[in-house]
Amino acid sequence: MQENTMLLRMEHVTKRFPGSVALSDASIHVERGEVHALIGENGAGKSTLIKVLTGVYSCDEGTILFNGHSGPFQSPQHAQRGGISTIYQEINLVPFRSVTENIFLGREHFRWGLLDWRKMHVEAGALLERLHLSIDVTRPLNTYNIATQQMVAIARAISFKSKLVIMDEPTSSLSDDEVATLFTVIRQLKEEGVATIFVSHRLDELYAICDGITILRDGSTVDERPINTISKLELVARMLGKEVGSVQQSGLTSFDASRHHTGEEVVLEASGLRDGRKLRSASVKVHTGEIVGLAGLLGSGRSEVARAVFGADHVEAGTIALNGKEVKFRAPEDAIRAGIGFCSEDRKIDGIIPDLSVRENLTLAALPVLTRNGIVDRKQQEEIVERFIQRLGIKTAGPEQKIRELSGGNQQKVLLARWLCLNPRLLLLDEPTRGIDVGAKGEIQKLVEELAEGGMSVLLISSELEEIIEGSDHVVVLRDGTTVAELAREDLSQDAILTAMAHGAGEAS
Amino acid sequence: MSTVSPQPETRELAEATAATSPVRLLTARLPWLGNLLRQQGALIALIVVVTFSFIRYDNFNTVTIYSVLNFNAQFGLIALGMTFVIMTGGIDLSVGGIAALSSVVVALNSPHGFFYSLVIAVVVGTLVGMVNGFIVAWMRVPPFIATLATLYIVRGIALRLINDAASINLDQKSDFITVAGTTVGDGVLNPPLPFTIPLLLIAFLIGILVLRYTRFGRYVLAIGGNAEAARLMGLPVRRTTFLVYMFSGMLAGLVGVLLAINLNGGSATEGNGWELIAIASVVVGGTLLSGGVGSVFGTLVGSLLLGLIVEILQLENNYMLDQGWQFSFSSFWQDVIRGVFLLVVVLLQSYLQQRKRIKGRT
Amino acid sequence: MMRLEQRWTALKVRGVLPQKLFTIGQDYGALIALVVLILFNLAFTRQLNSVIAITNLLVHVTPALILGVGMTLVIATGGIDISVGSIMGLTGILTYLIFSGKWFGIQNIVVGTIVAMPVALVVATLIGAFNGLLITRFKVQPIVATLIALITVRGLAEVTVNGFQFAFLSAPIVSWLSGNVLGFLPRQIILMAIIVAVFTWLMRATSFSRYLLSIGGNQAAARLAGVPVNRILIIVYALSGLLAGVAGLAFIAFDSAANPVTLGVGKELDAIAAVAVGGTPLTGGRATILGTAVGAIFIQLLRQTVVALNVPDDIASVIIGFLIVLAVFLQHQRKAS
Repeated sequence: MQENTMLLRMEHVTKRFPGSVALSDASIHVERGEVHALIGENGAGKSTLIKVLTGVYSCDEGTILFNGHSGPFQSPQHAQRGGISTIYQEINLVPFRSVTENIFLGREHFRWGLLDWRKMHVEAGALLERLHLSIDVTRPLNTYNIATQQMVAIARAISFKSKLVIMDEPTSSLSDDEVATLFTVIRQLKEEGVATIFVSHRLDELYAICDGITILRDGSTVDERPINTISKLELVARMLGKEVGSVQQSGLTSFDASRHHTGEEVVLEASGLRDGRKLRSASVKVHTGEIVGLAGLLGSGRSEVARAVFGADHVEAGTIALNGKEVKFRAPEDAIRAGIGFCSEDRKIDGIIPDLSVRENLTLAALPVLTRNGIVDRKQQEEIVERFIQRLGIKTAGPEQKIRELSGGNQQKVLLARWLCLNPRLLLLDEPTRGIDVGAKGEIQKLVEELAEGGMSVLLISSELEEIIEGSDHVVVLRDGTTVAELAREDLSQDAILTAMAHGAGEAS
Repeated sequence: MSTVSPQPETRELAEATAATSPVRLLTARLPWLGNLLRQQGALIALIVVVTFSFIRYDNFNTVTIYSVLNFNAQFGLIALGMTFVIMTGGIDLSVGGIAALSSVVVALNSPHGFFYSLVIAVVVGTLVGMVNGFIVAWMRVPPFIATLATLYIVRGIALRLINDAASINLDQKSDFITVAGTTVGDGVLNPPLPFTIPLLLIAFLIGILVLRYTRFGRYVLAIGGNAEAARLMGLPVRRTTFLVYMFSGMLAGLVGVLLAINLNGGSATEGNGWELIAIASVVVGGTLLSGGVGSVFGTLVGSLLLGLIVEILQLENNYMLDQGWQFSFSSFWQDVIRGVFLLVVVLLQSYLQQRKRIKGRT
Repeated sequence: MMRLEQRWTALKVRGVLPQKLFTIGQDYGALIALVVLILFNLAFTRQLNSVIAITNLLVHVTPALILGVGMTLVIATGGIDISVGSIMGLTGILTYLIFSGKWFGIQNIVVGTIVAMPVALVVATLIGAFNGLLITRFKVQPIVATLIALITVRGLAEVTVNGFQFAFLSAPIVSWLSGNVLGFLPRQIILMAIIVAVFTWLMRATSFSRYLLSIGGNQAAARLAGVPVNRILIIVYALSGLLAGVAGLAFIAFDSAANPVTLGVGKELDAIAAVAVGGTPLTGGRATILGTAVGAIFIQLLRQTVVALNVPDDIASVIIGFLIVLAVFLQHQRKAS
């Protein structure tokens, strides 16, 4: 392999942020005209690696060699001029402006000092034709659906005549036809010698279009090879850091695999949940005192299921029944009143109220109970707060401390306590131990188990397989928004879950 | 080779809502009409209103139209500046104060002649606008507060300049009288246009061209639409923001000159509530207060509509009195009418937004 | 310009500006400024020499302060209400029309007053609730929704007045409210103090206040925690309307020759200024009623100080303008750090 076939070489890249290491000895190699897959779970470092490459971040260590030039790029514009185009996952275009405008924003064509719309419209139209898109380019971007908007973003990236196009989850909103069209475009690019870095969690697509693959885990590259030399199963295993077929270790979490009780009564039955592209046909069933683990890769729809059950999101189709009676929650407050609690995945986005204190955050959902005649029973409130600070080992200067001053792990504990103090009959936990130190993780796991034994039903979403395996009485595996497998305790094994995640039900590996 | 077709969900929705209203039936048959209604609702309303007035009122003629245009020129120009500011997602509450200050400056400088005063006044307005721009773009103070503070400051300065008197007269010997009486189109148009009308139209024309055909214009819209994306694309967000406030101040300065001509003097207390009229014109014209989408032409139409409504109120009053009705709308109803009008427009916009949101979902 | 920000941050980091001092400055800045101003006045002017001077000052502050209380609540949810000035005006007018017998033909002026006040306040509250409805149900931006109310309500006020002058002198409420308790304390001040006390308590002790602050702090999180967002917002705007009504009544008690057309014009801006200077961030999530009170008093005292020093009113305007920018700028720095 001579030097000139290697377009991009990033090696030993390390990137640190205050309090965490995002990348540690990560690397990626892309040849000219290659379609290269970049894959990894949440927090693996995919987007950080790309941002380092495109100049959004600077790296602390490592070498970057692109198209013969060494050294990192200073800024996204610099990277663009150097020949790298990026399509971000959140469509970073301007919704109210026309399609043409979005494509040309920042590098318009001029005639006699004024913008030459005619020329730009024509060019925009031609660009989109290559993507088999015949749309009115003069209309605002937001009059088109997300799929089309994504195509426009792709058109913009392609129009820069780059040597490398990075696509971050480009197919998340596309239909099968549109994905096929996209693949045709990528192949065209390949013929022209343009390389593509394809970031996605959709295994089928990666296998259909990519030549090589780089697997990231915890900030490091754990594998780099041609994609046809690795099976889907092994791919998933490498992503999660597991060994296929190995003897399963036990006792990795504080869940006691031997203790579980499941009642007869069905507390929650959600079936056929469908909403947009995120949920196709998801179903889940939870009995009294049962811990149901909801497993799946990134983007499989787990959080969406929980939010739908909680009434936080509206679904197009599907039914949700609580203790046998069908319910239609219009807002979370209805679900809370029905005895459901939901600890969300990202505390910064929709978890903590930053300026309020630990006490106020902890008791927010419980206020209806603690309030008499509109006045909060301060004593009762403080009692509860004290109790949970003890029980969960929340490290804080005191209940009056502003929650934003706490560490991430302790914030998470406060949020957990928010729901625990309500003693719900069904608790939906979305990544409850994310960002918490090992010791605290164990405490929380034990706590969840205790609650289940006391009769609380739990739906546990976790990206950590050990938690799912050791903690669940029953596991539901989601893949691309559909329930593809249900595993009872006896059939529960790492391989079984990995297989389900990799292939779905009934597919050969 | 397949073309993109609407998603199944939106097709269902489209079918479901298709047969429900006569307007929709009509626009389904004549798609161009639907588009026209959507984009130029304000213009259509304007045409309808004007036609209605011609028919109903005897004394509604070109002279009336001229006087409406003439009077509204000052509001229209302020609204023009406000349009650009609002398109970036901001707001400028100081415009009325700047106009007042500018009128005072004109009056104080009137002994030096019209042209001199004009230049000084516009420069003053521009400077205030630049202060606004600096505070918003660099100090990152929210536009509402920044321009509110500037309003206080500017009013204070205006009063200071004339030693706390409320107003000051123009120097009588100066050439302002001639300017005031300037008309355009003698001989061609009968009666000739007061100079304010071509001024207004030219200003808006420039505004339309700038918005549509210059980089600056597109950046203004991009920033309002998605400031983060604009930044990531490398657009000069701070500079563009600064400039829109500068231009708003500049136009307000110009309006101060018109004000001085109208009042035959400078007034430090005029201009109260002008920002509200400007904002209303902008909203009626179809520009969203959240920024990112809008039409300069729409603001012109909105401004004219709002001005016409007041005029019509008086005409309708006289009409009803002539017809023998006991009750009549006093001119005090103008604000209520304006307010209700605005409410209807806003509700309509909200409804259209909701529908668009449903359509855009996949 | 960016360098200015960077240098500022660098100074903070290097401890040249000790962090603690900085935080104290931001928490109590308004109070400190007020104390400085009071001391200045005691030393150099006769503004605060007598009890009468002090009560006079406080009486002038009353309307803006009452408005400010409502505005604090609204701003804490991340919104804004610019219609309060107009609501003030309408309330005054309605009250007069009813107790003078022009509406409902009540002959007895005392009865008329007793009827007029609640009616006017109910109207004010309903207007506020309507604003809330537009904002929650129809997703209209707060500034647009309250702008509509501003214009329409002002218009309704003008229509009902129809040009004639008012004389509030004859109303018993007027003489009563502007009368003194204990010989020196005007009742308006007591009213104002009660409102401040009630709302300060409300913002500390009730669940409503927690809901309000959580909506302003992180609306998505609040919703997920079961906070009835729409209901709370409507109540907040209704309260703002109600307080505007109360401010209107207080105002006509204090200035009985009030011109109804101009009553309350621009007062919303004074209220917002008081809130900003008092330390409540415009982005929402935090509220300090006492801060707003301090802010309102400070602004008014500043105006009077400046007059006493023979500096004309307009310069005071300029100074106030600068102050507001400074106050908000400092708040922004705190958020950023």
